[in-house]
Amino acid sequence: MFETFDRLEQTWIGQTIRESLWLFPGIEAVHLLGLAMLGGSVLVVDLRLLGAGLTRATVPAVLSSARPWFLGSLVLMFSTGIPLFLSEAIKCYYNTSFWVKMCALAIGIVFTFGVRNRIAMRRDAPRWATAMVGAISLMVWFTVAAAGRWIGFS
Amino acid sequence: MRSFVEWLDTHAWSTALHESLWMYPLIESTHVLTVMLFVGMLAMVDLRLVGLAFRNVAVSHLTGRLLPWSVAGFVIMIATGVLLFYAIPVRTYESVWFRVKVVLLIAGGINAWWFHRRVQRDRTFWDNHPKPPTAVRVAGGVSLAIWAGVIVCGRMIAYNWFDCDRDPLPFVMWMAGCVVEASM
Repeated sequence: MFETFDRLEQTWIGQTIRESLWLFPGIEAVHLLGLAMLGGSVLVVDLRLLGAGLTRATVPAVLSSARPWFLGSLVLMFSTGIPLFLSEAIKCYYNTSFWVKMCALAIGIVFTFGVRNRIAMRRDAPRWATAMVGAISLMVWFTVAAAGRWIGFS
Repeated sequence: MRSFVEWLDTHAWSTALHESLWMYPLIESTHVLTVMLFVGMLAMVDLRLVGLAFRNVAVSHLTGRLLPWSVAGFVIMIATGVLLFYAIPVRTYESVWFRVKVVLLIAGGINAWWFHRRVQRDRTFWDNHPKPPTAVRVAGGVSLAIWAGVIVCGRMIAYNWFDCDRDPLPFVMWMAGCVVEASM
């Protein structure tokens, strides 16, 4: 495992970012813009699942409208997050927050596409189920974001 | 103004906050993570104004139901932001990025004020329209651009390339209000 991270640290992308003054902060700023968009597109659906926010629209309608923005921000997060990771792979290897974030991220993606969106698209889903799914989604994505921020502190 | 921030810098609490092991990172993280609530919710409304999302939902329903969440986020943003400034007053005051950020914040406020005046005037005509009139779409687009700029500037305050003690270009020194100390 460590050998893999060591090799990732040596890639030309990682080296280029490390040697540049501007690249890391610039990519990080775009990563933050993605966070705002990801937060909005997750929140608007989860609030609706919890019975708040856009209550005059159906859950499937809110999800359908938010989904392209969620997918877009996810693409933006990966395309900026991976280069950031490559520039400090070894630091991440020893960083607990990084591993917490990766676990939460994997859970978040599987849960969002496998459970949350499927339940949200069903019109016969009971209230307690939609509310629970919304609450879990909020907690998982909050963990991803908070652990992500904490990578920088350690 | 300068004497005010220098006075803040002398506060024991300012130093304590700056040097604290947990409080500063916690306040900083709250400030950053609230971007999801504040800008996230606002972006959903702006995208509706531009005509790119929730096209089948009335604009008034989005503003009425999502903006309160956004405002709650904004309040947290201001509260944590003030504390972050209080912890590092002089350096932040002399940061070009911070100054641009404040200008953008004011621009965002003016844009919101202008938009709400316009909304109250003729919203009934386009409330349910999937693609609102040009002026409304421009206000939404400008809002998205301004807040994106605020986020980028906010992130850049943490880096020291343009700090006064790094002898930036004269233009930057002027913008940042650096005090040139007499050399002799």
